Amino acid sequence: MDRVFDTKVQLLKYKAIKAVIERAYSGKLDMALYEIPKEIVPGPKSDMRCCIYKERAVIEERVRMAMGGDKDNPNVIETLPVACDECPMESYFVTPACRGCINHKCMEVCPKGAISMQGKHAVIDSEKCIECGKCAKSCPYGAIIELTRPCVKACKIGALKISDEKTAQIDNDKCVMCGACVYACPFGAIVDKSYVLECVDILKEAEKSGRKVYAIIAPAIVSQFKYAKIEQIVEGIKKLGFHQVIETAMGADITLGKEMEELKERDKMTTSCCPSFVMYIERHFPKLVPYISTTPSPMVEAASLIKRTSPDSKVVFIGPCASKKHEYKLEKTNGAVDCVISFEELQAFLDARGIDVSTLPESPLNNASKYGRIFAKSGGISQGVKDLKDKYGLGDKEVCPLALNGLEQIRLAMLRLNAGKLPENFLEGMACEGGCLNGPLCLSHGDKNIVDVDKYGDQAKEKDIAATLTMYEMTKSLEEGGNL
Amino acid sequence: MEIKVCIGSSCHLRGSYDVIEKLKALIAENNLSEKVVLKASFCLGRCGTGVTVVSDGDDFWENATPDTIEQLFAEKVLARV
Repeated sequence: MDRVFDTKVQLLKYKAIKAVIERAYSGKLDMALYEIPKEIVPGPKSDMRCCIYKERAVIEERVRMAMGGDKDNPNVIETLPVACDECPMESYFVTPACRGCINHKCMEVCPKGAISMQGKHAVIDSEKCIECGKCAKSCPYGAIIELTRPCVKACKIGALKISDEKTAQIDNDKCVMCGACVYACPFGAIVDKSYVLECVDILKEAEKSGRKVYAIIAPAIVSQFKYAKIEQIVEGIKKLGFHQVIETAMGADITLGKEMEELKERDKMTTSCCPSFVMYIERHFPKLVPYISTTPSPMVEAASLIKRTSPDSKVVFIGPCASKKHEYKLEKTNGAVDCVISFEELQAFLDARGIDVSTLPESPLNNASKYGRIFAKSGGISQGVKDLKDKYGLGDKEVCPLALNGLEQIRLAMLRLNAGKLPENFLEGMACEGGCLNGPLCLSHGDKNIVDVDKYGDQAKEKDIAATLTMYEMTKSLEEGGNL
Repeated sequence: MEIKVCIGSSCHLRGSYDVIEKLKALIAENNLSEKVVLKASFCLGRCGTGVTVVSDGDDFWENATPDTIEQLFAEKVLARV
């Protein structure tokens, strides 16, 4: 079955993951690293790299990542040095479109005298160039272009370095695992680790023991599977062996309610839903850590609620997010979530099991309110706080939310906060531009996704978070041995 | 006695949250909080009918809705405790 992905790199990753899952079920996993590259690149001709042997070497690395990657590396994102094309590093470059004109404005505007005419062609002296970009802007032919490595450009926080061997290298002390580089690298040389094999093990064990395994799906899922309805995806996930599919947005309702409670007591706070935002503050602005909300993320709230109603169950989160793969292993989550897989991996899983969701009947999905569902977009949490503040007793308090859309905006806001120059008191941060609906592990990235998320929000039965909060209180009191 | 109400998607759409609110009120009105434990569950496996309500593990209440729950409570709980 041919699948449509935004990029061919995603397709290759999908093929590797799908093959690994197929082998996990057929019991032929031990030969995966040797056999899968030959299946995906049968030869004799190569169409991506210099030769099929290099292509197979890269696929072998993809298979290794599909099987969990380097266990000793704490980062969920890894570079694949063999796949890195070592893109040229000079930052501004004169293309053959240069006409060698008489005006040569490029030379005039260059503040460092780095440009000279050699014959009838401008040449930039990389020793003198300070990468200001004035020449590129001045050329009437647009003949000067900026050459930045896509990975370096995508990483807004300076965590991507170039090694002595000229391959991309991640600085683990700075990286917040947002995954922007994963989606940006045109050679697919930066990849997130996959925990699909752990998910397969959970489902296999459950089949034998009768244990219930719940899938909690991130609200961004509504914009993902363009060829099927969300209700069919739910049915497909159940066919994989999950007992039930629950909306993570239910956890978002709880998070929103708790964050509003928190705001009553606090002067200024951030949200805690996006693990990369939290990690960014921890790693780059440790002094600002006290501002971080202490409320658990929607993923953790949803999983905790499920485990209170069904204590021996397991919970797998399915989402667009790379850093959730890190978050679920953190001590503060108390093991609420047992595994995290991505939308890409879900697609590979369904196909590996021969499940064509477009042919399936529809299974309803409705656990959360409108507000929980629009958490998927940047500005969604802020909207919730604004709309509900009077109802939840924040009427007297001046609530001034600020939605920080992407790491660049986050960085600038944290600099201002650090300097005591940020007037807003509720800081919503999302590392991915646009929010989770543009997460790096989405199958589809695009402007239309926001329309899908809003529509999905409007379709929720509950227009307010009250019902979910009641459910939360009920399950909480059960845990404490009380009645509902 | 333990009463479980399904809060899965199908039952939520049919009004399980309202059923829970009404059951809570009924238990309180009749001073049964010592004898009746109300619980929630994600999917009790009967997505085709009603809001699924089950007492003592295997006694499924027929056609439970926010409108019928009071009557059912009288039959299934008040008549027995």
